[in-house]
Amino acid sequence: MSDISSTLQQQVLQAFANKTPLNIRAGGSKAFLGHRAEGEAIDLSGHTGIIEYDPRELVLTARSGTRLSDIEAVLAGAGQMLAFEPPHFGEGATLGGTIASGLSGPRRPYSGSARDFVLGCKLLNGRGEIASFGGQVMKNVAGYDVSRLLTGAHGTLGVLLAISLKVLPKPASSQTISHPCSEVDAIAYMSRLLCKPYPVDGACFDGERCHIRISGSEQAVRETRTRIPGDVLPDADSFWEGLREQQLPFFKRQGTLYRVMVKPATRPLAIEGSWLLDWGGAQRWLYSPEDIDTLRHKVAQAGGHVTAFRGADKKIFQPLSAPMLTLHQRLKAGFDPANIFNRNRLYAGL
Amino acid sequence: MKQRRKTNPELLGALRSFLPAESVLDDIEDVRPFECDGLSVYKQLPMLVVLPETVEQVQRIMRLCYTRKIPVVARGAGTGLSGGALPLEDGVLLSLAKFKRIIDIDVDNAMATVQPGVRNLAISEAAAPHGLYYAPDPSSQIACTIGGNVAENSGGVHCLKYGLTVHNILMLKVITMEGELLTIGSETLDSPGYDLLALMTGSEGMLGVIVEVTVKLLARPERAQVVLAAFDDIELAGEAVGAIIAAGIIPAGLEMMDKLAISAAEDFAHAGYPRDAQAILLCELDGTDAEVSEYIMAVRNLLTAGGATEVRTATDEAERQLFWKGRKSAFPAVGRISPDYYCMDGTIPRRQLSRVLKQISAWSAEYGLPVANVFHAGDGNLHPLILFNGNKAGELARTEEFGRRILQLCVEVGGTITGEHGVGMEKIDQMCVQFKPVELAQFHAIKAAFDPAGLLNPGKAVPTLHRCAEFGAMQVHHGQLPHPELERF
Repeated sequence: MSDISSTLQQQVLQAFANKTPLNIRAGGSKAFLGHRAEGEAIDLSGHTGIIEYDPRELVLTARSGTRLSDIEAVLAGAGQMLAFEPPHFGEGATLGGTIASGLSGPRRPYSGSARDFVLGCKLLNGRGEIASFGGQVMKNVAGYDVSRLLTGAHGTLGVLLAISLKVLPKPASSQTISHPCSEVDAIAYMSRLLCKPYPVDGACFDGERCHIRISGSEQAVRETRTRIPGDVLPDADSFWEGLREQQLPFFKRQGTLYRVMVKPATRPLAIEGSWLLDWGGAQRWLYSPEDIDTLRHKVAQAGGHVTAFRGADKKIFQPLSAPMLTLHQRLKAGFDPANIFNRNRLYAGL
Repeated sequence: MKQRRKTNPELLGALRSFLPAESVLDDIEDVRPFECDGLSVYKQLPMLVVLPETVEQVQRIMRLCYTRKIPVVARGAGTGLSGGALPLEDGVLLSLAKFKRIIDIDVDNAMATVQPGVRNLAISEAAAPHGLYYAPDPSSQIACTIGGNVAENSGGVHCLKYGLTVHNILMLKVITMEGELLTIGSETLDSPGYDLLALMTGSEGMLGVIVEVTVKLLARPERAQVVLAAFDDIELAGEAVGAIIAAGIIPAGLEMMDKLAISAAEDFAHAGYPRDAQAILLCELDGTDAEVSEYIMAVRNLLTAGGATEVRTATDEAERQLFWKGRKSAFPAVGRISPDYYCMDGTIPRRQLSRVLKQISAWSAEYGLPVANVFHAGDGNLHPLILFNGNKAGELARTEEFGRRILQLCVEVGGTITGEHGVGMEKIDQMCVQFKPVELAQFHAIKAAFDPAGLLNPGKAVPTLHRCAEFGAMQVHHGQLPHPELERF
């Protein structure tokens, strides 16, 4: 447990003075995601420790270099969890990288995303100033919601020093029910579940079977079990972990892994390739021989967007419209006027 | 009090060239209904009021104002409680009241697209035939509109479990001050680039004018049940809240009221509240049938073990509604027992509840102003209602001073000056207490990215550093000025 914020601040002040780019890193588990950022490393892995955690308040505050696994272990000790079920993508995963990349796991459509659970943060901005936004309470509308803006900004707006998160009790019980079906039927079924008052917290179609995870009190799971068709999936935890960490056999393919985001009930898209549907159909993983521009065009017609998640080195994120890009550039300049942080990682010139 | 008001015949003519006569209000009696929002201690007549009904009309209005450097204040139903929709003497008041169409209920994807002037409750009513509803339920939900809910990031009594507005919307269509239409967020669960949806939510009309909102709908729980518990010590009630959460139960709603609030609500709603209690807790559990039964038993046991003098479960849906009616009508109920009341909206870490309530009680005696406390106990959002008489000389000023001290105390114990009502005009000076100059400067940079000319709702939500310096000079703390680096005036 150590606070190295003054060392980090010195490095940023110097980079600001010299206008030299900085590449924010800690565990390196998400280095694959996004374009290669320029600049010398600013290393957060020594900035660690849980600063405050009171299970009764449902709030945890930790320094950004704290390992995600350490945080999850402490929460589990109190019967609690990070309800957005963040992927680690490696042992070194830290809280800062998790929030900066804004990634959420299979529970996301049912309990919320990483940004939904962010309550506040301490930021080191591009002028080397330390500022706090949000707080450690659930309801807070004082000032703009900067801590959620920083979630998923891939470090382009500043260095996250500490983050406060809402945490939740772990469900007392959980079961996964699966049944074989077609992709069309799986999409329709997962969509129908959105109108059912069942404690569903995971829904996936793996190409052959539809898996529905139900979690809650013992009674809730027992009662819902009878309402969902199919058989109990043995060793369900390792299935969902494999899905979250992209370790299932599906993810062992060669080539670029695309993340296709559409409305959950969107019918199967006419795109050649191998599909796996998570988030009840709202997040679809794809390996496809088609080029990224064609993919984006087809997905846009269904109102969606595409990220080249793994295995690409350019055109990774869905392009922004001209007015949106201008707005992003103005915001970036407001946080990082010398453009030193994670330059070009998200979009060229940002 | 005679209010000053400016006129601008040239702008009036330009607006009337494309808006029907009844959509551009200029006559003093026509604009008077817009002089304040739900916080009526602040009043200002606008220069003129426009009521467009199409997105194109909004764009044209914004462009006209932008080129003439005329400020614009957007307004929904006007139920806001922080003066966020207070008009400007030299500004246009843009009412979204005519945008009241529900555009689409998309059952397959559990979402609804609506215009900003649609009432909060109307969304749930339209979704009900499909077993769906819109979760955030501010107490004003029969009147307040979704556009205002987004602008203020409204909460309600169910947000511990179901979140605030920011957790329940997917996409916005927004007109910038320059008249440009932006789509923020998307119909999918996230969107490329920065999370501007979070930034827009709760931005109090400072960044853009919302002209369309896509919200997430949830399946109506199979069953909801409410438990009422009475305590003869408010501290025990606070402890019981912590015990329920520590047991791994997240109630759909968890509300606390103190003795004065109980008595006022009971007189008003006849909800069957125990008048002799020092505090009551309302704990709502929802979910599947068996799940609710299991949690009700657990919660009853926890409340009894926690020293409740009485634990009552609503016997049917009518009684459940009645229990809630008392709580939801607490504000108007207090309005009946006092000529005026002033509603505060701080949030604190729950463990600080007892300290904060004791201090409020001490100040109540010091100022001679009674306080009724209504508390979203699950998420630490405290609403002390200060009772006063605005016709007594100096009483409003003393009330405001008392209120300021409560909000500063909330910040001191690790909380915030506003949980759900927004900063608006009301808490602009308290922003100087909660935020350092570097943070306020960051807020101004965000504002400038969206609205470089500073014409959208200027003067609200985020104070200038000079304003904070002046405020600080009045509130010298421990002999030190909060912003010694700033020039004083």
